[in-house]
Amino acid sequence: MHNKTIAELGAGLRAGEFSSVELTRHFLKRIDSLDEGLNCYITVTPDVALQAAEAADQRISAGDAGPLTGIPIAQKDIFCTQGVKTSCGSRMLDSFISPYDATVVERLNAAGVVMLGKANMDEFAMGSSNETSFYGPVRNPWDRERVPGGSSGGSAALVAARLAVAATGTDTGGSIRQPAALCGITGLKPTYGRVSRYGMIAFASSLDQGGPMTRSAEDAALMLQAMAGFDPRDSTSAEEPLPDFSAGLNDSLQGLKIGLPKEYFDEGLDAGVAASVEAAIEEYRKLGAEVVEISLPNTHLAVPTYYVVAPAECSSNLSRFDGVRYGYRCEDPKDLEDLYKRSRGEGFGEEVKRRIMIGTYALSAGYYDAYYLKAQKIRHLISDDFKAAFEQVDVVLGPSTPTTAFGLGEKADDPVTMYLNDIYTIAANLAGLPGMSVPVEPVEGMPVGLQLIGNYFDEAKLLNVAHKLQQVTDWHKLAPEGC
Amino acid sequence: MQWETVIGLEVHAQLATKSKIFSGASTAYGAAPNTQACNVDLAFPGVLPVLNREAVNCALKFGVAVGAEIGKRSVFARKNYFYPDLPKGYQISQFELPIVGKGELTVELESGESKVIGITRAHLEEDAGKSLHEDFHGLSGIDLNRAGTPLLEIVSEPDMRSIKEAVAYARKIHQLVVYLGICDGNMQEGSFRVDANLSIRPYGQEAFGTRTELKNINSFRFLERALNYELERQIDVVEGGGRIVQETRLYDADKDETRSMRSKEEANDYRYFPDPDLLPVEIDESLLEQIRDEMPELPTAKLQRFIQTYALGEKEANALTASRPLADYFEAVVNAGGETKIAANWVTMELGGALNKAGLNLANSPVSPEQMGGLLKRIADKTISGKIAKQVFEAIWNGEGDADTVIKAKGLKQITDTGAMEPIVDEIIANNPKQVEQFRAGKEKLLGFFVGQVMKATRGKANPEQVNELLLKKLKA
Amino acid sequence: MSLDRSDIEKIAHLARMAVDEDRIEGYATDLSNILGLVAQMDDVETDDVTPMAHPLHMAQRLRVDEVTEVNRREDFQAIAPKVESDLYLVPKVIE
Repeated sequence: MHNKTIAELGAGLRAGEFSSVELTRHFLKRIDSLDEGLNCYITVTPDVALQAAEAADQRISAGDAGPLTGIPIAQKDIFCTQGVKTSCGSRMLDSFISPYDATVVERLNAAGVVMLGKANMDEFAMGSSNETSFYGPVRNPWDRERVPGGSSGGSAALVAARLAVAATGTDTGGSIRQPAALCGITGLKPTYGRVSRYGMIAFASSLDQGGPMTRSAEDAALMLQAMAGFDPRDSTSAEEPLPDFSAGLNDSLQGLKIGLPKEYFDEGLDAGVAASVEAAIEEYRKLGAEVVEISLPNTHLAVPTYYVVAPAECSSNLSRFDGVRYGYRCEDPKDLEDLYKRSRGEGFGEEVKRRIMIGTYALSAGYYDAYYLKAQKIRHLISDDFKAAFEQVDVVLGPSTPTTAFGLGEKADDPVTMYLNDIYTIAANLAGLPGMSVPVEPVEGMPVGLQLIGNYFDEAKLLNVAHKLQQVTDWHKLAPEGC
Repeated sequence: MQWETVIGLEVHAQLATKSKIFSGASTAYGAAPNTQACNVDLAFPGVLPVLNREAVNCALKFGVAVGAEIGKRSVFARKNYFYPDLPKGYQISQFELPIVGKGELTVELESGESKVIGITRAHLEEDAGKSLHEDFHGLSGIDLNRAGTPLLEIVSEPDMRSIKEAVAYARKIHQLVVYLGICDGNMQEGSFRVDANLSIRPYGQEAFGTRTELKNINSFRFLERALNYELERQIDVVEGGGRIVQETRLYDADKDETRSMRSKEEANDYRYFPDPDLLPVEIDESLLEQIRDEMPELPTAKLQRFIQTYALGEKEANALTASRPLADYFEAVVNAGGETKIAANWVTMELGGALNKAGLNLANSPVSPEQMGGLLKRIADKTISGKIAKQVFEAIWNGEGDADTVIKAKGLKQITDTGAMEPIVDEIIANNPKQVEQFRAGKEKLLGFFVGQVMKATRGKANPEQVNELLLKKLKA
Repeated sequence: MSLDRSDIEKIAHLARMAVDEDRIEGYATDLSNILGLVAQMDDVETDDVTPMAHPLHMAQRLRVDEVTEVNRREDFQAIAPKVESDLYLVPKVIE
């Protein structure tokens, strides 16, 4: 049952082959027996889940079911869920029971999903390995001594380990695509503004974007359909028409122009990963696509630019965590300054502190122009690279990450090396473009992700391109051993 | 040495919107603590700001009224600092690109002259909550109802050269924002707050002296007193051989002094940057056109019109145009038939006095402009005398109906028929032979005695002019 | 750009964030390394480039001025660390 896709399970539910309650119990049992070793969930919510499953069963028998009704999923613990702890992977919010729902949560609930629990993540989404979580690292289900990637590491690992059918994730610099790649699942970061940020705890407001993490492009289309759309509560939400993301999944790729940025196939790329990506490119040629080399000349500046913009925004976004209205508050503060300093010093972990400090420095008097303003200018150049590329091609294709999953603890002490792991994913966030990671042939038993980047609001094209590959290959169907 | 005073003011006007600048919580004053602070105002994780259209319109009205350059594209920025009444750890304000740019305001001074004061800019921002300093076992309590209330910060050029000018400018801005309907102007409730920058320099010197900033002054009287104190303090410091330190000082109204809050050295590094949760505000020409079309008549124009149209003196016109409701009331009275001079007098003196005494204002005046007009019409057509009119006014105030109803019910119509008056006059002359003799002997001020007697006999209803005329005729006969 | 102890102390104070005494050197090294990475930006000529604050070229949308929120003080204060008389309590605020 747990190997079925959303479409298959939906058909089974509607045909009465099994109920949502049965399906939910099945997944809760799997979580019970398998999650201890993986640590994918921060909070499991059996009561909430079974209640939702019962309601879903009623909707199904009333003939009022949509494609997601009764489907068990996990919410990344960055999305506020009313009445349920929303920790964002931080000690700071260990006591935070959200008094409201995020728009994404509200929409998925309205579609009838069953939330099994809240997925582990890097603290405040700052990390590429899930090792910065206050709740401990998530282990990669393909090899438990390796990281699942991050920050949506819990979401990626639990989808790969079949501990839910799908999950939500968020992506600020690759936080959906990189863990999707390292765990062998399909992850989509939509165009900035496509999915509401309301209730999604902010890391870097001009980069953050929520999206689906699933086992196939087909499932991603169904999830995105429910998650996306204009939201008046988010000023940066785009008033773009919402297409039917499933409608064009099977469109022919004949004549599709795929661009391979030469900078994405540089010496930094692992040879095994390169070979897997090449194999996928070969499939696209067979499907009738035309593959051309392009250049994104400012690629090498994406990581440096990102590590100014993201920390600057985060340093300000995280100022609200002050121990006054909610969240962690230090014991016996001796004065106001002590309350702030110790609550924040004790409530935040190392990586979060590093980024708050970098951001604070970059915005401080005398440094603003050299760092923040400069980064915003280079952001423009990076964006222009893509603008030029999309005048020539329909999709940009490359690897999602330079290597397969690295070992737990391997990069934890070296922030800069860790940051460089996101070298291929960050540019799409800076430009605001949609990006997707799709599993291709594993290397030495470890998953590899192929990245597709599309033009603004062209998620349907990305899903179509990903789906066609998944029609002719089985890489996305591989499951880790014991799952 | 003779010192020249240089003053610039920053006014914070709370905008009269129903909801907050970035959330749908109410801005009503005086609610129970923290009942009007929603999740956005409280800065819960994940919440986002959405800009209130009315706040933008208010800023544009002000911009148009002071002839300012309007930012076609303005940007919200975050001002980062930690304070318990600031839930996000930053205030959403405007920094590089404010919505209202350079403008100016003409201020009429007591001397009768007027002076143009430059307005540097006006920008939108959110208000903070309040720290309550009652003692909670050594702790402070925070009420965040006010957090997120829209403010327009109006920054002047350092163009004022005396405390009188500064107060006149502050009053003029106050009058303007209330006229425009963008601020209720209630200073006691903190709807209109003033920060003042003051420095001194020797006359003739071009360079400005070091300034100090006086924060959060919430009455014009305090503004004057705070500036007076600070001016004297600065002169004392400089003449005593000291130097002025650039700092923020707080005016303590109880002690009538200013004291240092923090000096520039330890001032915050606010780390301004464009708020990524908000996009640039774009103002198109059609919106500006609409604002211009809907612009009410401004105080100065109204004053000129009152002088010309109603043939009023400058002082009367000034009093009547001091506020828009008063000016509107006056015009409604005139429309209802009140003669302008009499109307000016009755509206400012009689009605104003009565309202004041009863603790009411024009909006809840028991006497409508129509009733007032009806009353003044009866004075003009001599149906009643000015003295009887006060009696009628009181009856209208007490809800006994309009002027005509009251006059009829109480039989207050003036006696203008000399035929009816003659026997009364004759009787009084006959009953007071001694006084008649004295009058005829030259003690002419006794005329008042006779008039009084006639008025008494007619219960005030006799037309005083006619009584005079008739008495003189008979006494001198 | 290399940061030292006093820089870290200054930044941590601005961010109102206590850092462990024995971690200060570590942060100085980490932050210096990150700034080293960031320094690659210096090689790019950007005088004529306009800064990009936002990925999408949209204008701010304006909300109708309506009160849409109800009083939820009880819900909100149920998760507050310290509340009395409906107020959030903090160590004495000195002006």
